[in-house]
Amino acid sequence: MIRFALSRLLQAIPVLLVVITATFFLVHSAPGGPFSADKAVPPEVIKALEAQYKLDQPVWQQYIGYLGDVVRGDFGPSFKYSGRTVNELIAAGLPATAELAFYAMLIAVGIGVLAGVTASLKPNTAQDYIPMSAAMIGICMPSFLLGPLLVLVFGIYLDWLPISGWGDIPGDKILPSITLGTGYAAYIARLSRGGMLEVLSQDYIRTARAKGLSETLVITKHALRGGLIPVVAFLGPAFAGLLGGSFVVETIFQIPGLGRFYVQAAFNRDYTLILGMTVFFSTLIIVFNLLSDMLAIWLNPKLRHEIGGNK
Amino acid sequence: MSKNTVSLPSKELASGSSLWQDAWIKLRKNHLALFGLGVLIVLIISSLLTPWIAPYSYEAQNLDLGATAPSVSHWLGTDIFGRDMLTRIMYGGRVSLMVGFIATAVALIIGILWGAVAGFFGGKIDAIMMRIVDILYALPFMIFIVLLMVVFGRNILLLFLAIGAVEWLTMARIVRGQVMALRNQEFVEAANSLGLSQWTIIRRHIIPNTLGPVIVYTTLTIPSVMLLEAFLSFLGLGIQPPESSWGLLINYGVETMEEYPWLLIFPGIALSLTLFALNFLGDGLRDALDPRTSKD
Repeated sequence: MIRFALSRLLQAIPVLLVVITATFFLVHSAPGGPFSADKAVPPEVIKALEAQYKLDQPVWQQYIGYLGDVVRGDFGPSFKYSGRTVNELIAAGLPATAELAFYAMLIAVGIGVLAGVTASLKPNTAQDYIPMSAAMIGICMPSFLLGPLLVLVFGIYLDWLPISGWGDIPGDKILPSITLGTGYAAYIARLSRGGMLEVLSQDYIRTARAKGLSETLVITKHALRGGLIPVVAFLGPAFAGLLGGSFVVETIFQIPGLGRFYVQAAFNRDYTLILGMTVFFSTLIIVFNLLSDMLAIWLNPKLRHEIGGNK
Repeated sequence: MSKNTVSLPSKELASGSSLWQDAWIKLRKNHLALFGLGVLIVLIISSLLTPWIAPYSYEAQNLDLGATAPSVSHWLGTDIFGRDMLTRIMYGGRVSLMVGFIATAVALIIGILWGAVAGFFGGKIDAIMMRIVDILYALPFMIFIVLLMVVFGRNILLLFLAIGAVEWLTMARIVRGQVMALRNQEFVEAANSLGLSQWTIIRRHIIPNTLGPVIVYTTLTIPSVMLLEAFLSFLGLGIQPPESSWGLLINYGVETMEEYPWLLIFPGIALSLTLFALNFLGDGLRDALDPRTSKD
């Protein structure tokens, strides 16, 4: 297991290198320098700025320098927020995004698994159709539509919940978390239904029932563990999706998190910030993919054996 | 030959039914999938005919009118510039569908070629090609598309390419798996031993058998592509005015939803309904085209 994790971590290095290289050269091939502002700036000032951001060096030298900085965990200064480093900005946005992602994931897994397992226990009955139809609606209702609709209904018409901010007024975390979590809850519901249906038809479940175990025990002790493997394997990609979704949700609800920073950096053409955040996001996603893979293997004795046997 | 040869079944039985006939019979029983197919056909026809059947002209503003709720003359109301919402949604749908189809086509071409080559040659070539797919899978593409749109301006052609370039990976995996499995099947071996040429085998056996999963996945890729486009347009990074798409209309709708909720709700319904239809159709096709599910 440790060996597997180590080898996967080693494989992540070339992936990260590709990410850094691609992003770096993309950003550097962008038409128009970062300082081609609306106001006319004296050439000496531009010269000084370029020297400050090392833009006067040849591109390959900048690239090598940047690689070295990234290895040390330093993403350099922001172009637009003068005097602030990319590291500071990431640190400022991370808590809100992490909390939002955590609540959304909680909603997604909690509701999704509950709905999926419920549906799988009585396939092709109302108990199956109702949650699964709801899940289909959840999948076809993108967050940028669901969010505003929730705001309209619960924030404006009913006036039950605050519609913007994060941690300023009690209850302002509810709508963003639901908005971000719903789509994944729907997807997880479908995955867990499929996984459970497959497991419930296996011999060992019949054995467990034949032993005279109660149905509750069969489900909770024997079926869930295998039936939820697809869900666990999906958690890594879901996390990547949550980061993308946070772009929209943080914009709608005006949450000062990483997603909103990224979109703003995109509009501001704050290249160092974009570059740094892309690398940061990629690292996070790779780590989470690895974690969810390891969890899925740990849950599945067949795979565990394969890994243990091969290496 | 032994004496108890099986008597030939009557002609009707022997003619059997092709995979496609089977699939159609199964699909016809699936009401949700048929509904999806119906919605899709209506959408495609109305998108093709939009310039002729739209009730108002696309640009026509009527500032005196302003935003009005749905009425007899404007079925879906008008926006703050007095533009007819139904017309805007029809034109927006054209763009959204076009992005969906073209970007999916890009993904389809790259994915099929990549997967077929890897699966057909196998060995080292396959290992390298699939390793590349694995690496690309690990990249955060949403972030990359945002980056691309920022760096190279918000160009619609680039949008097609960027989205297509993201979505081909799964297609490549599906095609490769299918081709690999088919290569070792008995009926392909039989065709080989009968002396059929490689090309005939590919044309008669490999392609038709790969088509099913490819069609299913294509149907499911279109909605995810449309969603991606709407997502980018919503953030202001996709389709740019004066062009319009459903994502962009939703974006405008959000700005004024407090006073004029129909400007958000109608484009929202259009997008959700289309995603619904395509997902149901895709699910239905998957059930219908899987030869392992019995025909009951």
